[in-house]
Amino acid sequence: VADYIPHTVEEVDEMLEFLGMNSLEQLFAHIPAAVRLSQGLDLPRGMSEPDVAEVFARFSAANQASTSEMLCFAGAGAYDHEVPAVVRALAGRSEFVTAYTPYQPEVAQGVLQAIFEYQTMVSRLSGLPIANASLYDGASAMVEALNMASGATGRHRMLVSAGVHPHWRAAARTFAMGTGHEIVEVPLKDGVTDWASVDASGAAAVVAAYPNYLGVMEDMAGAKKLAVVNEALFVLGCDPVAAGVLKTAGQWGADVFVGEGQAFGTSLSFGGPYLGLFACSTEQVRRLPGRIVGETVDSNDRRAFVTTLRAREQDIRREKATSNVCTNQTLMAITAAIQLGWLGTYGLREVATRCAQGAHFLFDEVTKIKGVEPVSSQPFFREFAIRVPKKASKVLSRMADRGILGGLGDAALNDGAAMDAVSDSDHVILVTATERRTKSDIERYVKALRKAVD
Amino acid sequence: MSTKALPGGRAASAPLLGHEIEPTLFEMSAAGRSSYQLRTTGIPATSLHELVPAIHRNLDVVALAEVSERDLVGHFTRLTHRQYSVDLGAYPLGSCTMKYNPKFCDEVAADPGLNLVHPGAPAELTQGWLELLVTLEEKLCMITGMSAATLQPSAGAAGELTGLLLMRAFHAANGDVRTRVLIPDSAHGTNPASVTLGGYEVTTIPSNDRGLVDLDALKAALGPDVAGIMLTNPNTVGLFEEQITEIAEAVHDVGGLLYYDGANLNAILGVVRPGDMGFDIVHMNLHKTFATPHGGGGPGAGPVAVSARLAEFLPGPKATRVAKDWYDWVKPARSIGRVHAWHGNAMVLARALAYIEVHGGDGLTRVAQHAVLNANWLRNRLSATLPAAYDRVCMHECVLTAVPLKAKYGVRGLDVAKGLLEEGFHSPTVYFPLIVDEALMFEPTETESLQTLEALAEAIERIEKRAASEPEALHRAPQTTPVSRVDEARAARHLIPTEDAAVR
Repeated sequence: VADYIPHTVEEVDEMLEFLGMNSLEQLFAHIPAAVRLSQGLDLPRGMSEPDVAEVFARFSAANQASTSEMLCFAGAGAYDHEVPAVVRALAGRSEFVTAYTPYQPEVAQGVLQAIFEYQTMVSRLSGLPIANASLYDGASAMVEALNMASGATGRHRMLVSAGVHPHWRAAARTFAMGTGHEIVEVPLKDGVTDWASVDASGAAAVVAAYPNYLGVMEDMAGAKKLAVVNEALFVLGCDPVAAGVLKTAGQWGADVFVGEGQAFGTSLSFGGPYLGLFACSTEQVRRLPGRIVGETVDSNDRRAFVTTLRAREQDIRREKATSNVCTNQTLMAITAAIQLGWLGTYGLREVATRCAQGAHFLFDEVTKIKGVEPVSSQPFFREFAIRVPKKASKVLSRMADRGILGGLGDAALNDGAAMDAVSDSDHVILVTATERRTKSDIERYVKALRKAVD
Repeated sequence: MSTKALPGGRAASAPLLGHEIEPTLFEMSAAGRSSYQLRTTGIPATSLHELVPAIHRNLDVVALAEVSERDLVGHFTRLTHRQYSVDLGAYPLGSCTMKYNPKFCDEVAADPGLNLVHPGAPAELTQGWLELLVTLEEKLCMITGMSAATLQPSAGAAGELTGLLLMRAFHAANGDVRTRVLIPDSAHGTNPASVTLGGYEVTTIPSNDRGLVDLDALKAALGPDVAGIMLTNPNTVGLFEEQITEIAEAVHDVGGLLYYDGANLNAILGVVRPGDMGFDIVHMNLHKTFATPHGGGGPGAGPVAVSARLAEFLPGPKATRVAKDWYDWVKPARSIGRVHAWHGNAMVLARALAYIEVHGGDGLTRVAQHAVLNANWLRNRLSATLPAAYDRVCMHECVLTAVPLKAKYGVRGLDVAKGLLEEGFHSPTVYFPLIVDEALMFEPTETESLQTLEALAEAIERIEKRAASEPEALHRAPQTTPVSRVDEARAARHLIPTEDAAVR
């Protein structure tokens, strides 16, 4: 039998003899026979690696949506950015890939220092002084921010803009069943959050997205003021690529920054593992969810890094912990640090700028098509929503026949929620063009859309 | 004993050159240097001023490091030389199942047909992914003896909280208000933290002198206000809860549910299933049991499987076979909703399925058998040096104690752990579970050879000799690692979480 167990038959016998046993089954004799499996698992026998590779090749071939086969104009928090060979090579090094959580800092300086560098980058992108070592994804980062807000204020009312990603809001509603948070969704008007439409009293958090789900750059002064007046935390979910040129969360006065970090070196990956970005003000550090790495020294006074403020964490504080997060997304955080190292100050600006240029060029071209209208008249950054004269799912399906993933419609994932922030949602498509889309890609898009709505 | 220790299983020959610190990427930065290269797009280079209204523009530049590609590679490669990993040597970290991660599983997941798929693409263009997810769900249900599963939770703790919300939804649907969840005092810290976030109060159940749940104390704590119990079986002491059917009956009798913390599932693959023991909700740590690489602290994946009566509450939408050879996203009838932005850690899920397919039913049973064999061999081999906290047949891990070393030489469990680092091995888990004094929890896993285990045992015996002859040196250990013992108190007292907070 081929697998990854090194023991020879003789060694197993020798080990059993050392234990005074004569079969492997005897190791389990103390388990009540009534619950033990008598015939083993009802699964097929193991296969060799090349045989399993055939099975996976079949799965792979049945995914026409791969960007290796289709031009991707879909975004919504998952973007087709450049991931260069150097980032793949470094992030794939097995010392990073096959390490565990850095509980023994003397032999984990590689991971710890990489996280420290990552935290520094996230702090600078967010304009806030404290960043953690990562959370699962953007949705989990926002949910943790809500928990932080209720801990900070002692209140449970969360005002969440409908411009926040619908899946993040859905996750917030799910976890609110346990925490008892009241999630108040604040509707959009012409793509902009209508804060005046809800009663903000007793709010623990004011939560917005920048740019929002429809790509719109909202003026965040109103949200900030609402938070200040109600002594609530201001939580801002930012597109971290746009953060390369737009005002930072800190500059808008946010207490907490959350974001989806997939854009930094992680491929589309069918939605995971992604990277939950989290940063906050110094006042909130004792409520910080997840791990944080700090600089210190070793016993010979050399610089060293270690996981710190451990007293907050679940393994020490147990039921009084601020969060239950243990395993996070360290490898994606390290990947982000490498990708941002590769991009550097001006590379990140260049990517953000090119995304905006591509999206605006695409916008100008598609809105020339008869019957295609912008959903909002407000300024957008790198993503925008259009209203099409036919059902969005039909239009996207016809574009797919021409090899183009034309964006996201309300039918995405079949839960009808993807476009809940707009009226007439089954006629809306959310579109982006990253720095990987060329002029001729966009011309193909425009041609395909024109035919699809015709 | 004929076994000969071989040097192959440890990191003693690792190229951890020298003791100089590695500069940070920012310290290597030089203004004007760069590595990035982007596509030529032909798109008009409209200026940012035209694209972004003034109130949105950041007048400052977000400063990142500016380094050459060569320096970038040098920096992160040197960092990897300062890092222990499974690929480098044995990693007997109890409760973490740090087994060998097959390279094959990484490679199949890296296929562009899986890796480069947008998660919002329509189901008709992602049939391969949906079939993969449905196949994995079916196999995980077979392995655990459950009916249906969600693959959305990103890690074990996320699975726990999802499971508790399922528990809550189930009771609520029955019009049942329950407030407490029982947890043994040996439980992982994530359990009580998850219970709180699930909106329940924790009632701690003591362990008896055999290291198992005290059944009388459990029965005394039960009542109509108990929503359920969270158990790890084998428990965190590495012992099988032999009275599991009595426990299940008692909890079910008061209308409570049984939650299985799958952290230790590796011990029982193909031997006994949580569903057959009476559990209603099971989370699995795919990064432990099914060998997906842990990435220095994640990503993991924490699917949750449930019995038939809980299936309608599972998170959704979930990949579902809706016709022969056709799949779609379907939301279970009374779904608690989403627990992930998309479908879960899909690339981790793909690796786990590859691992399960390679092993098959027969191979998974062999995994558990050899994991338990290795743990028992090590427990027996070390009995004169580090006695077991509970001296009888253990499962996949053994909890040993440094109490004798502390009494004789003043050398603590932490010193033994640090001494092992100098021997080229990763440490066991220290000071957990909390119910064992000077606990050292070893989980060798099935993928370490007998020769490596012997080398590990001999290393511990050398540490015992050092404890007798030079205990002070052990307090100062490790000295041969990239940094020596790290001042953790200082890090917490004077927080420096970023380069910008550092005062140098």
